[in-house]
Parts: sequence; C-alpha cells; structure tokens
Amino acid sequence: MDEFTNEQRTTGTFTVKRGLAEMLRGGVIMDVVDAEQARIAEEAGAVAVMALERVPADIRRDGGVARMSDPAMIEGIKAAVTIPVMAKARIGHFAEAQVLAALDVDFIDESEVLTPADEAHHIDKWPFEIPFVCGATNLGEALRRISEGAAMIRSKGEAGTGNIVEAVRHLRSILGDIRKITVADQAELFVWAKELRAPVTLIQEIAETGRLPVPLFCAGGIATPADASLVMQLGAEAVFVGSGIFKSSNPAQMARAVVEATAHFEDAGLVAKVSTGLGDAMPGQEIGTLGVHLADRGW
Amino acid sequence: MTFGILALQGDVREHARSLHQLGCGTRPVRRREDLDGLKGLVLPGGESTTLSRLLVTAELFEPLAEAIAGGLPVMGTCAGMILLAARVVEDGEIVQFGAIDLLVRRNGYGAQASSFEGTVSLDGGSDLTRGGDDRQDEKMPAVFIRAPVIEEVGPGVEVVARLSDGQPVACRQKQALVASFHPELTTDLRFHRMFVALAEQS
Repeated sequence: MDEFTNEQRTTGTFTVKRGLAEMLRGGVIMDVVDAEQARIAEEAGAVAVMALERVPADIRRDGGVARMSDPAMIEGIKAAVTIPVMAKARIGHFAEAQVLAALDVDFIDESEVLTPADEAHHIDKWPFEIPFVCGATNLGEALRRISEGAAMIRSKGEAGTGNIVEAVRHLRSILGDIRKITVADQAELFVWAKELRAPVTLIQEIAETGRLPVPLFCAGGIATPADASLVMQLGAEAVFVGSGIFKSSNPAQMARAVVEATAHFEDAGLVAKVSTGLGDAMPGQEIGTLGVHLADRGW
Repeated sequence: MTFGILALQGDVREHARSLHQLGCGTRPVRRREDLDGLKGLVLPGGESTTLSRLLVTAELFEPLAEAIAGGLPVMGTCAGMILLAARVVEDGEIVQFGAIDLLVRRNGYGAQASSFEGTVSLDGGSDLTRGGDDRQDEKMPAVFIRAPVIEEVGPGVEVVARLSDGQPVACRQKQALVASFHPELTTDLRFHRMFVALAEQS
C-alpha cells in the first residue's frame, strides 16, 4: 500500500515549485533577522519571510564577505512562524544551497546581496526539490536563470538603498521587452534569443503567452507603501521588502501598510490612508554615491 | 453568470482562467460592493494568515460571512478551504467562515519539499459530484502545495475526492465545495464544473 501511495505522489516537479511562487502572488515577502521580527512580519500579513543575519542595508554598511546565514538562526525563524521561510545562498554556491535544502526551507534565493562564490556559473537548480528565486536586471538574465531551473524571478533593484529607481529600471526593461516580443514575427524571435542570450524556446513561449514562464516579483529598494503600489502597477506580481520594514521608525505599522498597499495597489485612497502617520521610512541612498552595485553581480 | 474570486492575494488568475474556459464570467472581489449579484464566490490558494488579515482590514469578513450564511455558493482551494472550514488545528490568527464541518491542519503534509503532484479519485456519491460527467470513474490530477490536511469530516459532509490511501482531500456540504489541492493549477476542469453545477442548483 505504501509503495502504491508513493507511486502516486511526485515531489519537486517544476509545477510544484512554480506552484508555491504562484501562491505568493499579491503578497509581501519580508527580510527578518530573528524570530521576533518574523512574528511581527507574519502578524502584519506577510506571505513569507526571508531569514538572513543582516538586512542588505547592514551588509552594505559592514562590507566584507556576506555568506549564508547560521542554520540555528534559520531554524529559530522556521519554528516561530507558519508562513513559508526563504533563505539566501551565494550565487553559484551550490553547497550552501544544499545546506538550506537540508534545513527544509521553503524557497532558496540565489542572491546577489551575498558575495558571489562563482564568477561564471549560477547554481544548477534543476536537481533540487526546493524552488529557487533569482534576481534579474533584464529579460535575458531572467530567462537564463529560468533555464537553469529558477521557479520565480525578482528584479534585483539595488538592495539596501531604500531607492526604488533601479527596481523600476529592471521591471520596465523586463516587461517592456516582453511586450515587444509579443508583436515580433517568427524570424525576429531568433534575433531576440540571440541578443538576449536566452533559449529560443523560452522566447517563443513568451511570444505566445505574453508573460514570463514563472512569476515576476519586485525586489530592491522598496521603502514605502507607495513604492509597493508603483511596482505592482508596473506589472510586478508581488514584492520583497528587505531593509524597508525593520529599518523604518515603526516596523509593525510599516509592515501592515505595505501589505495593504500591495493587495490594494490600484486604490490610491487606501494607499493614502495607510501611508498617513507612518513615521520615517528607512534612510535612502542616491545610486550615484554607492561604492558597490549589487545588481552588477550575476551573469 | 458571474462568479466572484476573492482577489486580496493568491492565485486568482488561475481560477479565473478555469471559470472562463467553462463559459463563466468572473469579477475580482476586493471590497464589500464587489459581492453584489454574484452567482458564487471562489476563495483561492494563497497564504491563509495573509488572507485572514486582509479580509479584516478590507472589512470584507462580516459581509462575506453573512452572504455565505445566506446561501451564497462558495468554493475554496488550499488556503480557501482553511478559511471555509469550521475548525482549524492551532488556528492562530485565521478567520473562519464555518461553511463546512471539517477539522483541518495547516501545512499538514509538511514544508515545501513535501509538496507533490499526484492523482485523486473522485468519490462523490451524489448527482452533483457526478455532475453528469462521463469521466467520473477516472482519476483526477491534483497539485498539493504546502497543503492542509483534512483531519475530521463532520456529519452531513460529503467526501468528493480521496488520495489512494483513502484520505479525503475534497469535500462538499450544502453550498460549500472545498479541496486541499489546487484544481486551478491543472487543465482538468471537472472540479470547477462541479462548482458551477452547484451554483446553478442554488
């Protein structure tokens, strides 16, 4: 009977991996560094939390090599909440990803926020039963990550800056090229594949469906409810907020406000209401003043 | 015939696609006035804690509970089933409409690594769950994503589908139809067809 039952159940398929990404649409995924923050995020209505030792603003400030978080810290956050828990591995560091899979996290972020471990290769994500999300600055990068097995794409933006300008650039680039591909003729699709350095089969799929083969979320620089509304209106399907919640002056209220603004992103009256009396958003940084551009990491 | 889909968070688009393929119109439901004149309402997959919080802040919980008590046909998949169930193990912050007499456990199959695709057997004995469907005896594909487990089925609840080990995974009571899996993630339309038939009867 057991054997029969097992035969009926297949884990780790692409449908199952992408399925979790679909379930998170319209929601907010929040960076948290301990169990207390995780509980605040869950109570505010986050659809998932990203467990990491330092939010990007602190990684940026501290410098040095940023690595996967301590398993004890990830376990503590997993024990504190019932929503999905994500964790970050370095680009190309498949051993870190294996550790995160062994910890039974729900999603792995192969992230440019950590210091890359490989300057040519990303992780081959197909052998993993756990889904991966990867960052992208343009459509070619997004499709290369999908061809490596990513089940979700997020804009990179410029993490830890509280500045939305880079995320807007990345979303407009990805979604603008998708719109152009939908009106391209068959011969032009091969040129798109060549120019984007992406598999022609994925380009052909976009031409038919008008959307990326996996959900497209926004990350990198969201600091206010209006930022969330902006990127959702541009076409993002959900948002990641890194430093923006717990570097603000009133994290619990900011968390609830961003959740509501993301769900009701077209309702300006509601965004106005939740933005009122929020206190200070995280301090922001001009992109031109940055020493390190995290979005340049990834190939 | 227009169906509402609760559109606060989750896989709204997939439910809309399934219903459109059956020739039904759909409307996203985000506020009280969106409930007017609906033939039925779908509570989609998503995160049940997030949906609970947004139902309260959007002031949708009470009007929706009244509409369900008044006989509005409802269908819930995964998170939607959790919200419609009468009882939830360790319910935390989950709001409950109590539309169907089930005890459910959230994430009962485990974390994402345990999410699976499989087949379920349609098991319904009533005219509705047969739905005039000539493929009744066949298995139906089903996708379980961090799915809730149905731990107890109350009297008056009909089991509509089971896993091969006999565990109930879809149930119906009066105007409520629920599944712990996601029929909307497959191309099989039988589950949505059942719901449309149930709404037509009402």
